Amino acid sequence: MPVAERQALLSLRDLHKVFDTQEALSGVSLDVYEGEFLTLLGPSGCGKTTTLRIIAGLEMPSRGVVLLNGEDITSLPPEKRQVNTVFQNYALFPHMNVEKNIAYGLRMRGASRQEMKEATEKMLQLVQLEGYGKRQPSQLSGGQRQRVAIARSLVLSPRILLLDEPLGALDLQLRRQMQQELKRMQQSLGITFIYITHDQEEALGMSDRIALMRDGRFVQVGSPEALYEKPETAFAASFIGETNLLHGRAAAVRDDGVLMDVGGITLPADSDLWISLGDPLCLSIRAERLYMSAAPVKEPCQVSGILTESRYAGGERVCVIRLPDGQVLKSRHPTEGEVPCVVGDKVCLWWHQASAVIVRDDLEAAS
Amino acid sequence: MKKNSPWAGVYMALVLVLLYLPILVVVLFSFNSNPGRTANFQFEGFSMQWYENLFDPITGYGQALMNSLSIAFWSVLLSAVIGTLGAIGLARRPVRKSVLGKAGAAALSLGEQLAVLPIMIPEIILGIAFMALFTALKMSFGMVTLVLSHITFCVPYIFITVKGRLATLDPGLEEAARDLGASPLRALTTVTLPLALPAVISGCLLAFAMSMDDFVISFFVNGPTTTTLPLKVYSSVKVGVPPHVNALCTVMLVAVFFLVGMGQLLQARAERRRLKSVKADS
Repeated sequence: MPVAERQALLSLRDLHKVFDTQEALSGVSLDVYEGEFLTLLGPSGCGKTTTLRIIAGLEMPSRGVVLLNGEDITSLPPEKRQVNTVFQNYALFPHMNVEKNIAYGLRMRGASRQEMKEATEKMLQLVQLEGYGKRQPSQLSGGQRQRVAIARSLVLSPRILLLDEPLGALDLQLRRQMQQELKRMQQSLGITFIYITHDQEEALGMSDRIALMRDGRFVQVGSPEALYEKPETAFAASFIGETNLLHGRAAAVRDDGVLMDVGGITLPADSDLWISLGDPLCLSIRAERLYMSAAPVKEPCQVSGILTESRYAGGERVCVIRLPDGQVLKSRHPTEGEVPCVVGDKVCLWWHQASAVIVRDDLEAAS
Repeated sequence: MKKNSPWAGVYMALVLVLLYLPILVVVLFSFNSNPGRTANFQFEGFSMQWYENLFDPITGYGQALMNSLSIAFWSVLLSAVIGTLGAIGLARRPVRKSVLGKAGAAALSLGEQLAVLPIMIPEIILGIAFMALFTALKMSFGMVTLVLSHITFCVPYIFITVKGRLATLDPGLEEAARDLGASPLRALTTVTLPLALPAVISGCLLAFAMSMDDFVISFFVNGPTTTTLPLKVYSSVKVGVPPHVNALCTVMLVAVFFLVGMGQLLQARAERRRLKSVKADS
């Protein structure tokens, strides 16, 4: 997609937010495009909700600018923004029935009774709650409340819908179902969604782009594939999916990558990072991209070690291999046609050079 | 379930007798046909005479009742506005904390404590203080001074009940309203106030009762033409209980029972309706 040519619908420019003495956001910049499903992903306390609240206008940034369609809305109050929020706890008005909850925004706009009735009917249909209009929120299940909250925001046809961990309170099965439904709604309405979650699986499955956050900053922004296949830092690699981080030093630097020295073993690796000879390096290899064999193979990327753990898990087997220098790798491979190895055996692990990536080690620095 | 001892019943009966016997005496003697100027508490025969001329202008009870009612009405109305807005303002403290800083937040918390203090200060002190203040300000004693002083002890009742209610409300509701396009004022009137209304009403009822009942403070700040009911009763019993007072107390008692009964009835009906709607839906 020619991303550069499109004009951003929403732009965050160097947002900072300080609460009392604590810095919740330290320089957040992001462009969000029309019709996009963007997920803010990160551990709790990383600043996702603060970012969302600044976009909604419920919080003022200490520094920085928010642009909607190129227009500065940083100091615009929430009621004047074409942005609506689905709150984490739904925040349905307990003294109004479902219909009145959904029509609330239209009522504030001064819509006629007829308009409100028609729009409410349409919304109830969209969220599959026909006939529930007269119920009180207290008479609804968690999933139904969730739908009402979504309908209440969507009825205003916002430019952007903000969703703050909307599925957090639902059980797993309902969660899966709502994930699909939300995605379907987003695609059929073509509304931009900015979605918060700390669940990486949810983020991978629903998003067009993921913005991974940590300590008030974006770690990496990109498509789910890019974040999974080409993580830029050790944090990104380990937060999304399961990965092995192999530590070593740069033994030789070439045009297309580096030679990495891991306890005497030399491994070639791809890298876009600026690396000098002798630099400490961190190589990320996904557990399921590792292959195991009993004897050494003719592959450039291979290490051997002792199998210390082997766990059968139905479709796959999880193995733990200890390298001579003490580093430990975890691998997952299909049980079909597997190599017969038992704990204590010396085994060989190998991988395709393209499936491993050198990452910036930001895990040590933070802890 | 543990079976109650028979003594529990006796104990209960004793408590009830002790509570209601004095009241029953008042009710009984309100129907006494004693012709004297003061009640002598010797039942001589049934009569409705004290009720018939209870509000005779000569007795002054009607005027005193009207004074008390209008003082209570205005004090409660103004207190409801002050107390409710105060409670709403203070409920949003977290937002302001970052603006005010630590010292500001501490000052606000102190102010909150001070706002509730009037119900704990002995009334006699408040009464004297008001008298001194109004005298110093050269205000003429009457309706205005009574309402002003009643407001000070009415506000805390409303403030406390409303604040308690707001503490249980999700602050996200008002944010949701703003998010859906409501101005701060409309969010207040369409979301916060309706949700706080039951607390406002119960606070008002409490404050109304306190205002109707107040003697000490009113004693110090009332004017020549604004005698309230408690003051009137007090001044008439100085020389012996006039039979009218018994009748007046009985009337007030019936009014209170009626109001409490109505309240209970309305609440029970609302509850029944809620249960019915739940059943109809499921």
